[in-house]
Amino acid sequence: MSNFSFPESIKSRPTYARLEPRAGKSYLFVADAEGAEAIIDLASNDKSLMSKSHVIYIPKNTGKKYTLQLEKLNINQLYIGPSYSAAQSRLRHTLVSSHMGLQLYLSGTEGLIGQAQRDAMVAGIPHTAIQSEHRGSIGRRMQCVHCKGITEDVDIDPYVCSHCGLSLFVRDHYSRRLAAFQGVCIDAEEPGNIPTAVELYK
Amino acid sequence: MTIQFNDETFRGAYTFKNSEWALKRFPFPFHEDSYMYSVNMEQHKGGPAGSIYEKRFDVDEHYLSEMRDRAEVLKEDPLRCQSLPNMTLAGWDLLELIMVSKSEDYPDMFELQRKGDKWRWINKPMGIDDSFTFLDEATLPFGPMEYITRQTQGDFVVLDQRDENLWMDAGMVTTQADWSLDFDIGMNFFEWHAPVPKAHEMGIFVRALKFLLNVQQGAPARRLNWTMTVNPLLDTSPENYHKWGTQKRTITANNIGEKQHLRVELQTFFRLPRSNALVFPIRCYLASFDDLMTVPKWGRRLHRVIRDLPEELATYKGFIDNRPMMLDYLSKFDDGKPTSNGIWPDRETEPLRD
Repeated sequence: MSNFSFPESIKSRPTYARLEPRAGKSYLFVADAEGAEAIIDLASNDKSLMSKSHVIYIPKNTGKKYTLQLEKLNINQLYIGPSYSAAQSRLRHTLVSSHMGLQLYLSGTEGLIGQAQRDAMVAGIPHTAIQSEHRGSIGRRMQCVHCKGITEDVDIDPYVCSHCGLSLFVRDHYSRRLAAFQGVCIDAEEPGNIPTAVELYK
Repeated sequence: MTIQFNDETFRGAYTFKNSEWALKRFPFPFHEDSYMYSVNMEQHKGGPAGSIYEKRFDVDEHYLSEMRDRAEVLKEDPLRCQSLPNMTLAGWDLLELIMVSKSEDYPDMFELQRKGDKWRWINKPMGIDDSFTFLDEATLPFGPMEYITRQTQGDFVVLDQRDENLWMDAGMVTTQADWSLDFDIGMNFFEWHAPVPKAHEMGIFVRALKFLLNVQQGAPARRLNWTMTVNPLLDTSPENYHKWGTQKRTITANNIGEKQHLRVELQTFFRLPRSNALVFPIRCYLASFDDLMTVPKWGRRLHRVIRDLPEELATYKGFIDNRPMMLDYLSKFDDGKPTSNGIWPDRETEPLRD
């Protein structure tokens, strides 16, 4: 099992549930890495759903671990891509040309869920109408509040901004519009006083 | 003109200063000797003559210098002023509200002439005389919200009202107490307040939202909020925290009275007519400890408030490390005598010294 139960936090921090079958005309899944497990679980509950589905899947570092299983699910349209940004134009196109009755499911890392949610919101789907389930890495998509650069898959605190090089502490404050958590300079008051990085939630 | 504008800076050499007049009308935020969160709203329907409550948008001696500071911040970081596409009409509402209010409240400084949608706006202190077409963005040098808030003291957040919530969908934010418009834009009332400790559990935000959703046109509301700032730095932004953070560690027993400032926000709330948005001006007033201590009541009270403030709040407001030094300084101004209710200086009813 690749579920992680996040401790209770502040109100801007996203929360996740399990994907549940819901009546719909068509289904769009966006998932990365262990997020495939959520699709596989849902398919085992409701096989008919997959024949009306478009799945956009990014394996990340899981190689072929899940792609073979997905290929056996009788998915109507299965796309396996190398990265979110490579898949993004396809996703946007699909969202814009979709009709009423589309059900959108997101699963995997918070970075994937956040970015797909943001792109869906831009296409006019309210975030409250999207189901999302976290699976796999607890790495976060972080925005540096100083230089505005995004650092992906941050799983330590503090971390070094991949753009400006400042050491940033990881906040739970989250922006849906940016699809990112906020990183703030940890040694702003005492330059150089940077604590040793620890793994998130350890 | 009745106001003598200061030529001063809120950065670098920090030449900011309050005159005796400005100090006398300073909005001391504590109405009693202790502080805890509350939904401390009241109607914004004027106030004592000369007080910061009297006019809808207070103009004071810092006006021109604050506007210069804002222009500099925007030059460095244009993301401090943003408006989501659904908020343009609310921007025009705000422009109208400010132009009408200022021209009525300060006719010697501001003038608004309207013939149908052909408007002429004269801002004498800033030397502006612009003619434009109301609701036609192409006739102004900036979007309507940016245009008028480059000429009005205080930060401005414009809130869209939908789904029984308020959404921070536009703003001009250059004098903030350490929060980022660029990060928070698009959030709802509970989300942008998420980092505030305790108040959620106390039900403060649920009650405040209920109140704000019902603010009616022509019946604005107001409250005071406060924090602490070292040096009279208006732009205490998270964006620049890595630049100004070290200043917090420059306080010593010798310079604290001069460097440590109480930062008070006059927050007002106006319903806007066409968009039904709510505009939330956050006007920042700064006063040094030394200046505040010239009012005996404020000296006694500030000491008691800071001494008894829960640790979580002192941490959130960012002065937990400097609190011991503040108390050393403030305790000298607290003779233990009683204080009168309310925020005003009450010099005439001052208890007699032994």
